[in-house]
Amino acid sequence: MISFEYIADNIDKWLNNTFSPWLALTIEFVIVGVLCIGLFAVLGLVLIMMERKVSAYMQVRLGPNRVGPKGMFQTVADTLKLLVKEGLTPAGSDKFLFNLAPFVVMIAAMLVLAPIAFAKNFQIWDINIGVLYVSAVSSIGVIGILMAGWASNNKYSLLGAMRSGAQIVSYELSAGLSILVVVIFTGDLSISQIIESQQTGWWIFRGHIPMLIAFIIFIIAVTAETNRAPFDLAEAESELTAGFHTEYSGMKFALFFLAEYVNIFIVCAIGATLFLGGWMPLHIGNWEAFNSIMDWIPSSLWFVGKTFFLIFVIMWFRWTFPRLRIDQLLNLEWKYLLPISMFNLLLATLIAIQGWYF
Amino acid sequence: MLEEIAVNDTGDLIINVGPQHPSTHGVLHLIITLNGETIKNIDPNLGYIHRSIEKMCESLSYRQFIYVTSRMDYLSSHINNHACALTVEKGLQIEVPERAQYIRVIMDELTRLASHQLWWGAAAMDVGALTPFFHAFREREMINEIMEETCGARLTMNYNVPGGVMADIHPDFQRKTKAFLAFFKDKLPEYDELVTGNIIFQNRMKDIGIISKEDAISYGCSGPTARASGVSCDIRKTHPYSIYDKVQFDEVLETTGDSFGRYLVRMQEMRQSIHIIEQLIDNIPEGDFQAKTKAVLKLPKGEFYTRVETARGELGVYIVSEGGLTPYRIKFRSPGFSNLSALNHMAKGQKIGDMVAIMATLDLVIPDIDR
Amino acid sequence: MMEREALQAQITAINANVTFEEGGEMLNAFVDPKECRDLLQTLHNMDDLAFDYMFCLTCVDWKTHLTMVYHLESTKHRHVVVIKSKLDRENPEIDTMSDIWRTAELLEREVYELFGVRFINHPDLRKLLLSDEWEGWPLRKDYEDPINMIKL
Repeated sequence: MISFEYIADNIDKWLNNTFSPWLALTIEFVIVGVLCIGLFAVLGLVLIMMERKVSAYMQVRLGPNRVGPKGMFQTVADTLKLLVKEGLTPAGSDKFLFNLAPFVVMIAAMLVLAPIAFAKNFQIWDINIGVLYVSAVSSIGVIGILMAGWASNNKYSLLGAMRSGAQIVSYELSAGLSILVVVIFTGDLSISQIIESQQTGWWIFRGHIPMLIAFIIFIIAVTAETNRAPFDLAEAESELTAGFHTEYSGMKFALFFLAEYVNIFIVCAIGATLFLGGWMPLHIGNWEAFNSIMDWIPSSLWFVGKTFFLIFVIMWFRWTFPRLRIDQLLNLEWKYLLPISMFNLLLATLIAIQGWYF
Repeated sequence: MLEEIAVNDTGDLIINVGPQHPSTHGVLHLIITLNGETIKNIDPNLGYIHRSIEKMCESLSYRQFIYVTSRMDYLSSHINNHACALTVEKGLQIEVPERAQYIRVIMDELTRLASHQLWWGAAAMDVGALTPFFHAFREREMINEIMEETCGARLTMNYNVPGGVMADIHPDFQRKTKAFLAFFKDKLPEYDELVTGNIIFQNRMKDIGIISKEDAISYGCSGPTARASGVSCDIRKTHPYSIYDKVQFDEVLETTGDSFGRYLVRMQEMRQSIHIIEQLIDNIPEGDFQAKTKAVLKLPKGEFYTRVETARGELGVYIVSEGGLTPYRIKFRSPGFSNLSALNHMAKGQKIGDMVAIMATLDLVIPDIDR
Repeated sequence: MMEREALQAQITAINANVTFEEGGEMLNAFVDPKECRDLLQTLHNMDDLAFDYMFCLTCVDWKTHLTMVYHLESTKHRHVVVIKSKLDRENPEIDTMSDIWRTAELLEREVYELFGVRFINHPDLRKLLLSDEWEGWPLRKDYEDPINMIKL
């Protein structure tokens, strides 16, 4: 059966047979890099299209329907427009930081792609501290946002960036603590091991109450971390016009936009991996017949399906909820989510030690 | 005043909200002094859309000046026209036919509904929920279609003339209006489900921008803004005009005086408006839709003042006549202007996000403030 | 609700110099600008008058003089009165009412820039609608602006 694992292995074999190991590795690097950038572009196009269609559905309207069949090429047209637009740099801004910021945000998003398992045994880098790596690297993005806000020399941008900084740093805690719950159950930080451990059922089903609580907190925290409504205070358009990217235009703005959507994809992929078994098909304990039927569905489809389901949920939030106020946002984290996730961590430890899970 | 000041003497941040800003819904310019995220002072700078309608009216005849007033509070343009027509009729002592009065009041209430629907969507959008805006527009579109059929216009109706209305109602008017009411009554609970009951929305609105009853009167607030503070100020009740003394409806009063109170008042007012239209729509009497008037209208020497209740509050039309073809002086007392003057009082000490929530429930229309 | 005659009698009792205008749908009272503030303060504070709601404040240019017009209503008793005060056109000055009715603060600023009436003791008498460097008083009858004004 042709799977991503099969294709990747064959290319690897062919390269190693044809070239010297060193050259083969270099070529593989290049291929992975190109694929990453390609994935970025495709994700941007698909997710923006999806957001538009989802919001249109919720808002009783049609959404884009002119460019290409059912408006599928609208985002392509928009990207082209952004590409040819002038990238203005305000006169009073710190030019170096101003131009650097979108790339910092972008690179942070790109780095997190490395340990994500897209299909069975199909992963760029199976690092043994995968989960730690993800939560560490994804925090770099906030530096880019602060940089953008500061360098713009605009009061709205600065306010937006400060809000964003406070928000991301706070919600990182809850997200980290809820990831730890999974780590406690699995006993491993590596992404591939975490997925393997869900062989007999996804953690969301096996892990009882603490896992459910962790999953809900994780979803709330990552929505906040990606600056999505109802936590989109950093770019609250009715208060701060566009927040930290007020002064950005053209491709630099597009990079921020793209990074936001790729970040959504990444956090949803992590959520799917940790709680919903990543590429692991729906297995129920020892029901061999049922499990083997489920195995017929390719692992990559499982992964994409779960990820896009979570993305849909996050989009659903955005188009239904009003925005919180900055003090309410921080209260929610420090007074509710953080104590709950700490208690939840204790509970999870107890359950893991006693082996009270399925 | 407009020079670029980043920080004032005490180290507070000064930001210019507007004239182009998403939450001001027009060209309002607020100079806000901020301490962190907390508002210390709001200084409105108006006039970006000032067309000097009062001066223009001094050179327009009594038939013409009515149409300019559609451009003040464009969301309740029909009510503005109604106020002007009433003033001229008062001066000339024209008896308006019963049929015209019924049509006018039905149109007034439809306008009020359309205005409140738009407000509801925009208020939700201001606090970050974008979807309600489109739901509100779905219903508003039906009203606009009814208006279009009968008046020939969707926004600036210009349907009132001194002595009645310009044309008779469209044959489909009653049927379509009833269809709309039936549809909208179904959708109103949906509005409540989507926004009113939302915990985040309530947190954003409750205890925000509180104004006491005394302050509301002193600041000259009117309309839903004042009624949320418990001020009984509905002109339709206190100084009834047209046939408002013949219809049954309640004046909606809240006592909280906060943004959520203002929100609830408007939501209830929509129900009251439906109630008013339902009483009238089947009983429009036969007869003329316009009284016979002279071709050239000349108001006698004197002063005429009319007060009506628009969707935003009390609109006053003050005409000083010297007996000529044109008014000697016209003053429009606009509800938005006085409501805006209370903004600083309401928003002081609150967060910048609250300022947006307060402005959303004040329901400011900038051309109405600037005139 | 107080009848017109009773209202007239009350106001005369406060200030004997007040003259009244016949006709009109509301009671019109003329008062000297120097006594205007005292009268309005009393109207606002007296319990059986309690004019606590100023729903309109404006000015009319009569070419020979300016007239300040205050429309007052009582939210308790629902009676309405119009107080007018004739001002000198060359040097129009009147005390501010902005501390009695807060709404007057912005309305007086509007009247100041459109008619040039100076309000004594106004906390913040700046231009509100027009730009700071605007010359002249646009709503006066003799105002001419060759660029922005269109004659109909």
